[in-house]
Amino acid sequence: MTSTVQPAGTVATEPTPTKRARKPSTGEAAPAHWSIKAAAIIICFFWIVPALGSVITSFRNEIDANNSGWWTVLNPANWGGFTLSNYRDAIVNADLGQAFINSMAIALPATFIPLLIASFAAYAFTFMQFPGRNIMFLVIVSLLVVPNFVAMVPLLQLYGRLGIGGTFPSVWLFHIGFGMSLAIYLLRNYMATLPREIMESASIDGASHYQTFYRLILPMSTPVLAAFAIFQFLWVWNDLLVALVFLGPGENAPLTVAVKNNLIGQQGQGWNVVAAGGIITMIVPIIVFLAMQRYFVRGLTAGSVKG
Amino acid sequence: MVIKILNTILTVVAGIGVALVVYWILNKLAELLPGRWGDRLKPYLYILPAVAAIALYVVYPGIQTIVYSFANAQSTQFVGLQNYSKLLTSAGFQQTLITTLVWIIVAPLAAVLIGLLVATVVDKLKPGNEKAAKTIIFFPMAISAVGAGTVWRLVYAYAPAGQPQVGIQNAVVTALGFDPVAWLSVRTFYLNTLLLIVMFLWLQVGFSMVLLSSAIKGVPTETVEAGRVDGASERQIFRRIVFPQIMPTVVTVYVTVLIGVMKLFDVVYVMTNGNFNTNVLAVEFFNQLFTNFNNGAAAAIVVLLMLAVIPVMIFQVRQFRLEEATR
Repeated sequence: MTSTVQPAGTVATEPTPTKRARKPSTGEAAPAHWSIKAAAIIICFFWIVPALGSVITSFRNEIDANNSGWWTVLNPANWGGFTLSNYRDAIVNADLGQAFINSMAIALPATFIPLLIASFAAYAFTFMQFPGRNIMFLVIVSLLVVPNFVAMVPLLQLYGRLGIGGTFPSVWLFHIGFGMSLAIYLLRNYMATLPREIMESASIDGASHYQTFYRLILPMSTPVLAAFAIFQFLWVWNDLLVALVFLGPGENAPLTVAVKNNLIGQQGQGWNVVAAGGIITMIVPIIVFLAMQRYFVRGLTAGSVKG
Repeated sequence: MVIKILNTILTVVAGIGVALVVYWILNKLAELLPGRWGDRLKPYLYILPAVAAIALYVVYPGIQTIVYSFANAQSTQFVGLQNYSKLLTSAGFQQTLITTLVWIIVAPLAAVLIGLLVATVVDKLKPGNEKAAKTIIFFPMAISAVGAGTVWRLVYAYAPAGQPQVGIQNAVVTALGFDPVAWLSVRTFYLNTLLLIVMFLWLQVGFSMVLLSSAIKGVPTETVEAGRVDGASERQIFRRIVFPQIMPTVVTVYVTVLIGVMKLFDVVYVMTNGNFNTNVLAVEFFNQLFTNFNNGAAAAIVVLLMLAVIPVMIFQVRQFRLEEATR
């Protein structure tokens, strides 16, 4: 396999095969042309400026934030009005503290439970022979891109009948169901690259499938397990639609719903508190991003087709 | 609050523990069966919970939705094609379709082109700088549209002329001597939708950059060198040598962003709630469900969306088969 093409939904699990050696010729050893540098700086500028505006605004007091642009703080004469009270307001008055716990309570089970279920299925699809295997796997692949609103109307009614509407399990189950095909797909693709000899020697040594899975395959699949876990965690953490439909505003609302309803949707909320609320929603994803960038890129590029 | 935290930890541990026990029991049961039956049954037991989850949460509700799309608002009586005909003949829904089409035409193409531009630029930087630039452009992928919404509402913020502008875009416009503009309500030429697409690209270009950049690095150096020896200009090298080789990745990125755009909900919902002609299919679905309490219309919108996604599904399966063939 020499191409670096990642077909939609494929995880970049293997290192880029024909990674070009840096500076292979004298022509490229020269520092980048000034026009390239300028272009790069302009591009980065466009990406940084909006975020910078929010970060600065989140530390300004209400009068400053609503009456002058955040860029005025570039002048040190305007450095008097910084405050942390916006974060207190967002956490206490806009209920983001509660919502933060809710986001965790929703995202963690919805990440780890499908992981194990999918691992077993992926193991069977990779290492076991059984009638119907290929067709079932193809069906799972094709369900990857089904948008999740497909399921919402019937499930709302079902949840209403069962009386579990508005509870955490209702969203956990939804995310588990919709994360499953991606998880199986990623894990199966990764497991298929593991050396077959290991499997064979394990079965010669008399290990059962359960033991082989538990002792060998699961530990060897750590990179892809991490990639899926990160993707699924961020997907659930950042989700707005599923939470709005099944939880709605109120005591079980996660951060996305709380920021939308208590801050963005409220007339008269100062830019300063809205910005602080936005930053609070981003803290966890940014930490995950910085701490696990390698797995993160894999997970996100692989999962971007998820429905 | 403490109870919620404890419950969360408990759920994760119990969920995984119970799953392990269930599999262990299933495994033991299969081993108890006489002879080869155990071995034959085992794979099905391994995939059973996963398949059940997919069947219960994707397949069954999907079919149910199709049924509901032919029923009335409360799903109590069949009404034939009424939901579809009402939707397709309403001016509001036609507008929604057109706006969705604007997204479909502009966003994936822009994501590919800008991603390509950014990838070629950062590829020529020193490795350290390249990594830094990539990190900056990629990080918005991590954050939610709600978080990004707080950022971009500030960028597009509007105050009447004469008052201080807190939004940077209007600050620039007024500094140049023009009147400030309420950006998100300008329908002319779908300017507000285009500005939402800008925000979407801020979130999304990192993804296309990463894929395209790794494809560009995968282009064998010899082919580029050969072009250079033959006296091709940098532009010719890109168009004639690099681009054809990264074409499959370009298609992948395009299709991926296309799917994302077709079902896009949160960017529009957070920024404009679908007002001022910015409404898209997914937001309309949500409004039918929770503002109009019309299950039938909501289901019909989903079915229309599914029809649009089917070609992409076929593409996905074909890609997978190709990939399997080369494994």
